[in-house]
Amino acid sequence: MTKSKLMSENNEKDWPLWEVFYQPKNGKPYEHAGSLHASDAENALQNARDVYARRNEGIGIWVVPSDQITASTPEDMGSFFDPASDKPYRHPQFYSVPRAVKKRS
Amino acid sequence: METQQQLDDFQARIDAGEKIEPKDWMPERYREQIIRMGSQHAHSEIVGMLPEGNWISRAPSLKRKLVLLAKVQDEAGHGLYLYSAIETLGVRRSELIDQYLYGNAKYSSIFNYPTLSYADVCVIGWLVDGAAIVNQTKLAHSSYGPYARANLRICKEESFHKKQGYEMVAKLAEGTPAQRKMVQSAVDRFWWPTLMMFGPNDSNSPNSAELLKWQVKLNTNDELRQHFVDRVVMEAEAVGLTLPDPDLKFNDETGHWEFGEIPWDEFWDVVKGNGVMNRERMKSRRKAHEDGAWVREAAQAYARKKNLSREKAS
Repeated sequence: MTKSKLMSENNEKDWPLWEVFYQPKNGKPYEHAGSLHASDAENALQNARDVYARRNEGIGIWVVPSDQITASTPEDMGSFFDPASDKPYRHPQFYSVPRAVKKRS
Repeated sequence: METQQQLDDFQARIDAGEKIEPKDWMPERYREQIIRMGSQHAHSEIVGMLPEGNWISRAPSLKRKLVLLAKVQDEAGHGLYLYSAIETLGVRRSELIDQYLYGNAKYSSIFNYPTLSYADVCVIGWLVDGAAIVNQTKLAHSSYGPYARANLRICKEESFHKKQGYEMVAKLAEGTPAQRKMVQSAVDRFWWPTLMMFGPNDSNSPNSAELLKWQVKLNTNDELRQHFVDRVVMEAEAVGLTLPDPDLKFNDETGHWEFGEIPWDEFWDVVKGNGVMNRERMKSRRKAHEDGAWVREAAQAYARKKNLSREKAS
C-alpha cells in the first residue's frame, strides 16, 4: 500500500467520535471522562468501559456522538449568562433573618 | 490576525493559573505547540508497548505475564487518553497517526532501544516509567485543560508501572549471580537513555521558553532530570545496584546528586533515526496499522448495514 493511498483511506474511513460520561459512585452525577472513536454505539460503550472504567472508576457509562452535543461558547459567556449576574435576590445571602436562639432550660 | 491585546489577555489568564479549554481563544502557536507535544506524547505511549510486548510470552511466570499484559494494555489506554485530548483542538487522530507512521512526527527516543533480556522489562518499569512519572506529575498541571486531565488520569495508573518494575529489580538484585548480572547489565544499558528522556539541556531546548511562558510545561528539562536522579540514586543504593556514572557525587551544598555529561551525540543520532530499533519500531507499527485496515473497514460496513436495516424497519 502506498503512503498516499493509505492516508486518503483514513480520511474517508474514520470511525466517528463519541464523548464518554461516567458515574463515579452511586448517587453522584455523571462526569465527562474524554472521548474515543468507535464504529457504533455498542462498540463505543464497550470501548468506553475498557478505556475509561478499567479500574472500576465508574459504575455507569453514557456515550454520546460528539456531534450531538450542543455547547455554549466562550464568546457567549458574557451575554448568555448575563441575566443571572444581577439578581442577588436569588441567593440566600441577600436575606437577613433574626437569629433564632435555642431556649436553655 | 492576532492582536497584542488578545495575546496579553491570554497571557494574563495563564499567569492567573486558569485552564485553557478547547473553545477558548488561544494563539495559533499555542495550539500548534500543544498538538505537537501532546501527539508525540501519545505516539510514545503506543510505540512504548513494543519493547515490553516483546517479553509477554517469555515472562518467567503466570503472575509476571499477567502483570506485563496489564501494563502494556495500560499504555494503549494512555495513548488513547492523549489522542482524545489533542483531538479537542480540531485535529483528527488518523491525521496524527499518519504523521508518525509516514511523516516526520516523533516519539520518545527511549523506545528505540532494544529489550535484550527480561531484566530489561523490569528496569524499564523502574527507570523509564519512573522518569515518566516525574514528567507527567507536573504535566497534570499544564495550562491546556484536556491535556492536564489526561495526564492526571495517566499518573493514577503509572505508579503501578513503576512499582512492579522496582519490585522485580529488587528481586533480581537479591537473586542468583546470573540474575544480579542480568539486572545490572540492564541498568547499565538503560541509565543514560533514561536521562535523555527529559530532553536536551535547557540551553539547547528551543521550544522550552515558549512552553514555559504559556505553562504548557511547568518545569525545565534539567529541573525534572535532577529531580529524577536525586530519587533514583537512593533507590539503586537500596537494592545494591550501581549506576554506570563514575561522576555521580552528592553535593552537600546544593543537596543534589551531581552527575556526568550525557552522551548527547547518541541522543541526537537516535532522534535522527539511527538508534538500534528505530526502523524496526516503525516497521512493526506500520504493519500493525496496515494489517488492521480491514478490521476498521469491516466495523464501518457493519455499522452502515445496521443503520440501513433500522431505517428500513421504521
